[in-house]
Amino acid sequence: MNPIASTRPATGAPPAPGDAVPADPGAVLELRGAAVRVGGVILWSGVDLEVGAGEFVAVLGPNGVGKSTLLKVLLGLLPAAAGQVRVLGQPPGRANHRIGYLPQRRSFDPSVQIRGTDVVRLGLDGDRWGIPPPFGRRGRATARRVREVIDLAGATGYANRPIGECSGGEQQRLLLAQALIRQPGLLLLDEPLDSLDLPSQAAAAALIGRICRDQGVTVVMVAHDVNPIISHLDRVVYMAAGGAAAGTPAEVINSETLTRLYQTPVEVLTSSDGRLVVVGQPEPPALHTDRHASGGTP
Amino acid sequence: MTGTGFSWNLLADIRNLWAYPFMVNAFRAGTIVAVIAGAMGWFMVLRRQSFAGHTLAVAAFPGAAGATLIGISATYGYFALCGGTAVVIALATRNRSPAGSRASESALIGIVQAFTLACGLLFVALYKGFLNGTTALLFGSFLGITAGQVVLLAAVGLGVLGVLAVIGRPLLFASVDPDVAAARGVPVRALSVAFLVLLGAAVAETAQITGALLVFALLVMPAATAQRLTPRPLAGLVLTVVIGWAVTWAGLIAAYYSPYPIGFYVTSFAFAAYLAAHIGVAARQRPRHRAALAGIEAA
Repeated sequence: MNPIASTRPATGAPPAPGDAVPADPGAVLELRGAAVRVGGVILWSGVDLEVGAGEFVAVLGPNGVGKSTLLKVLLGLLPAAAGQVRVLGQPPGRANHRIGYLPQRRSFDPSVQIRGTDVVRLGLDGDRWGIPPPFGRRGRATARRVREVIDLAGATGYANRPIGECSGGEQQRLLLAQALIRQPGLLLLDEPLDSLDLPSQAAAAALIGRICRDQGVTVVMVAHDVNPIISHLDRVVYMAAGGAAAGTPAEVINSETLTRLYQTPVEVLTSSDGRLVVVGQPEPPALHTDRHASGGTP
Repeated sequence: MTGTGFSWNLLADIRNLWAYPFMVNAFRAGTIVAVIAGAMGWFMVLRRQSFAGHTLAVAAFPGAAGATLIGISATYGYFALCGGTAVVIALATRNRSPAGSRASESALIGIVQAFTLACGLLFVALYKGFLNGTTALLFGSFLGITAGQVVLLAAVGLGVLGVLAVIGRPLLFASVDPDVAAARGVPVRALSVAFLVLLGAAVAETAQITGALLVFALLVMPAATAQRLTPRPLAGLVLTVVIGWAVTWAGLIAAYYSPYPIGFYVTSFAFAAYLAAHIGVAARQRPRHRAALAGIEAA
């Protein structure tokens, strides 16, 4: 079912350079033979993956392969059809208060008249009922934490403007601050660099890499293009219909591994400026123009 | 019926008006309605559910007409039909994802709107001789509000505010950022149903003063004005209520001292406030914009 993952079982593999915690009970993410079914169609199956604390992992693969779906499974929003999934040592959905989640392509309409700082704050206590006390010790602590995390994301300059008036990169930094505000052990980011211009992509990637290192947060980032983040990554997971290949970028993003994974000739080229280009990986049929429609099997 | 004419001493004018019990009731009802419509309207504008709100408002017309037809107070008709329509819209759209459903949702709401309006027309036709009151149902009236109606408005209003105080924060989260709210365990769909039901109650209250067709004067205009002026949620809510209250009282005074209907005055004053806010904000932003442009040219 999954030739790649079985040749490199997560537990038996030599630890990668960034692998501080190889296969111990404290693993942040643990998938064994996991599969997911969306609209009656198996998107992927036989996925084995183990991610330790403080690792920066990218989830790569063609459109429609179910990368975002993987994050939904980890959040417990979708059940795994088979196998075992544990997140922060618990079944999915149990530890969501310790997960920072940044969904895909979230941009605020220019007419949204809510300050960035309010959106960040909702990440802290937006799920609580009742009216928040604006004053007192708790109110002050909340305000301090909001300022702190906005500063960490480098978004202080525009946090008091309506978020709809902020640029895409500014909104993304505010949303990252929102995801970080509860000091999560795990960050799930769904194509956060999508729709940013190249300099903003590099800046955002560096920021996420720094937060991962300095705060000891495990980062799982779904990405369309590995190049902006490759220097910050500890590991990549390449997904295909059959299963997934996990390892260091050098172990996975090469012609042999991807050819075996996709069972079709795939070539990985390096451009003159060092960017990796994957040629020949299967794209979903043209029929599935909406890559987030259910049943987008490649 | 005017004992004394309008003077520019507003305090004296209001004291004159309050000599009449029916005007006291109108001011009480107007104040309650302004507060409820403001608070709910702020969320409605934020959630961009104005079309759903308008449909609930249209349902107020058959509600009042039907109630009159079977011989009960129009107030009950407002609550029954606005609340019922809110439940229908909420249930019919509950299984749709927040993002990808706007088109089918608006088609469904349009269908409900046309049908309720047609029912109203039927009720008016069935109740022969009721035609004189149709204008008041559609465009509002402040005459004949009883003390009992004021008590009912206050009771429902307090209920709406109480529920809103409890669900307000998760509702804001679900409105601004539904995906993350859902991941954090906020019951986004249940909140959306609850919001529509509360909105139905708020619309039913507002229709008493502004009539079915001018509900938006108090539901949308103060909220849109406030959101133009401040991006702070709490300040925006308070400002919405204050603007709604001010235009309602001004409308009541103007309608009392002139032969023209209250719906026109409340709507015009609210529109004037919106226009003033829009122009004021644009004027304040212009110099900043120019400075930014100058900075780009200098660089």
